[in-house]
Amino acid sequence: MPPAFAIEHVQTSAGEGELRIRGRLVFAEATLLWTELRRLETSAARGQTLNFEMSAVQRIDGGAMALLACLRTELHRRGVKAEFVAADPRVQQIITLYGGDNPVARLKRRRPIGTLDQLGRATIAILLEMQLVLAFFGQMVVSVTGLLRSPRSANWRELPSTMERSGADAVPIIVLINFLVGLAMAFQAAAQLKRFGANLLVADLIGISVCRELGPLMTAIVVCGRSGAAFAAELGFMQVNEEIDALRTMGFGPMRYLVLPRAIALIVVVPLLSLLADVAGVLGGLVVAISSLDLTVRGYINETVRVVTLWDVSTGIIKSVVFALAIALIACQQGLATSGGAEGVGRRTTATVVVTLFTLILVDAVITVFFRLAGL
Amino acid sequence: MSDPSIKVVDLTIGWDETVLQRNATFEIERGSVFVILGGSGCGKSTMLRYLVGLEQPLGGSITIDGQVPWQGIDGPPRFGVMFQSGALLGSLTVGENVALPLQEWTDLPPDAIGGLVAAKLRLVGLQRAESQMPGELSGGMRKRAAIARAMALEPDLLFLDEPSAGLDPVSAVELDDLIVNLNQQLGLTFVVVTHDLESIFKISKSCIMLDRESQSIIARGDPRVLRDTSEDPRVHSFFNRTPQAVKP
Repeated sequence: MPPAFAIEHVQTSAGEGELRIRGRLVFAEATLLWTELRRLETSAARGQTLNFEMSAVQRIDGGAMALLACLRTELHRRGVKAEFVAADPRVQQIITLYGGDNPVARLKRRRPIGTLDQLGRATIAILLEMQLVLAFFGQMVVSVTGLLRSPRSANWRELPSTMERSGADAVPIIVLINFLVGLAMAFQAAAQLKRFGANLLVADLIGISVCRELGPLMTAIVVCGRSGAAFAAELGFMQVNEEIDALRTMGFGPMRYLVLPRAIALIVVVPLLSLLADVAGVLGGLVVAISSLDLTVRGYINETVRVVTLWDVSTGIIKSVVFALAIALIACQQGLATSGGAEGVGRRTTATVVVTLFTLILVDAVITVFFRLAGL
Repeated sequence: MSDPSIKVVDLTIGWDETVLQRNATFEIERGSVFVILGGSGCGKSTMLRYLVGLEQPLGGSITIDGQVPWQGIDGPPRFGVMFQSGALLGSLTVGENVALPLQEWTDLPPDAIGGLVAAKLRLVGLQRAESQMPGELSGGMRKRAAIARAMALEPDLLFLDEPSAGLDPVSAVELDDLIVNLNQQLGLTFVVVTHDLESIFKISKSCIMLDRESQSIIARGDPRVLRDTSEDPRVHSFFNRTPQAVKP
């Protein structure tokens, strides 16, 4: 079917031309219209005129008008004068509605941002973010002080459910992951230890490394992925939904009402989960010790109990308390700093997981080196 | 009356065990601005969800230009819809939101799509907001951007849910003017859900009023006439902002 419009390019004098448009211009034929307009306007050069002659236009809808207005703007920016002429009053109304008779504004050129500028801005942004986290930590300390003075002011009602979601619900995944980590480590060590006839030392290796390092760290990583992300998303959604503002206006400070229950819940459950993780990791090693290294259950357990001291377990517990605090602090700070709707919630949740994982590894390294230097 | 664009016959709407409106019958004329009004909780916005095909009726039928709205809802849209919150996609800029239906449902080249997006945003007064994220816009700007997106594919029919709710008076008047202009100059049909009286009197000559308690349409016609002549106390109290007598 032929199009309901026709366009003809007519050269009216030297340097002056017209696009004579006839018929019905509708959005359904937008692609055809655009292609035709593009084909015919190419001959117009800077300083010349190319008007849209509209006297024979029977009907035009908004979409088609938008395309004509867009082309007029582009022609103006190329230095070609272009106006809509001879339109009947009804078509003229639509031309006016789409700004077809407005002067075309000049495009402002934006200077591209240099690499050094970008680097500087990113550095400042990171420093500001660190400042905000520290300020948040300060607020948390102040709130804890207030809480100690007046324990009833905290939102204790939320504590049991938060502990259940962050602790009890995480038990299966924590146990499974740490069991598999213990198993994999023991398998890796088994081949080497066999060569030296030091099969029994697998209990020492697994016991110490799991209790001091891997148990607390793997637990914290899982809690960060489960609870940290959940806290950030939950508080972020509350923030964009103005629920936090509503709480503030009702006299509930978000720190006491939302952050402290979450932080306390994690500080209680993460060490307990770490203890479970220690047991699961040691049991993972036990499976390999029995199946590949010809050890007995009693022999493996006795050696583990002999070599793993209370301090080794305590080291892991101390670490897990610090990890719990870091997860709660970062997740809640990121959640409460959310802005910009659903996308903002997603961005802050991602940032929570990334920043927390980095912080956990960094804190683990710092504590380990500190204990080593202190001879602990 | 000219050929109706939308025909609703014996429509029953609600969810699960709750019926909001029973046996609603009305027609919406092509090229008109039709308002669905009523007090809170009467099912205005729910009615809109049924009209645009997001829900299937519990009873009765809806046809838009002879077609059932929920059939082909996954295909090219036959009409534009503006939701109460704007419902712009938060991960896309305002311009990208408006361009989205054009990219999906037309084979226009990127430069033409860019031109159309700019024109639609200019039409709703948002020419400077093209590269902004929805989260950076005010409520009124979000609604205008949503109208631009609803108009992207040049539909003849637009559904607007509470367009002036939460807007300052100036933004609300500007939005009303936009609806009137688009209706008069481009001949677009509007179905507007609102309870903003000023807006109703300004933009529309035909309306239906829904009632929660009777689960039915209790008034229909020109809102000014209803305001001045209706003897139904519920209609009178709505249009004249007077409290209804408390039932014993």
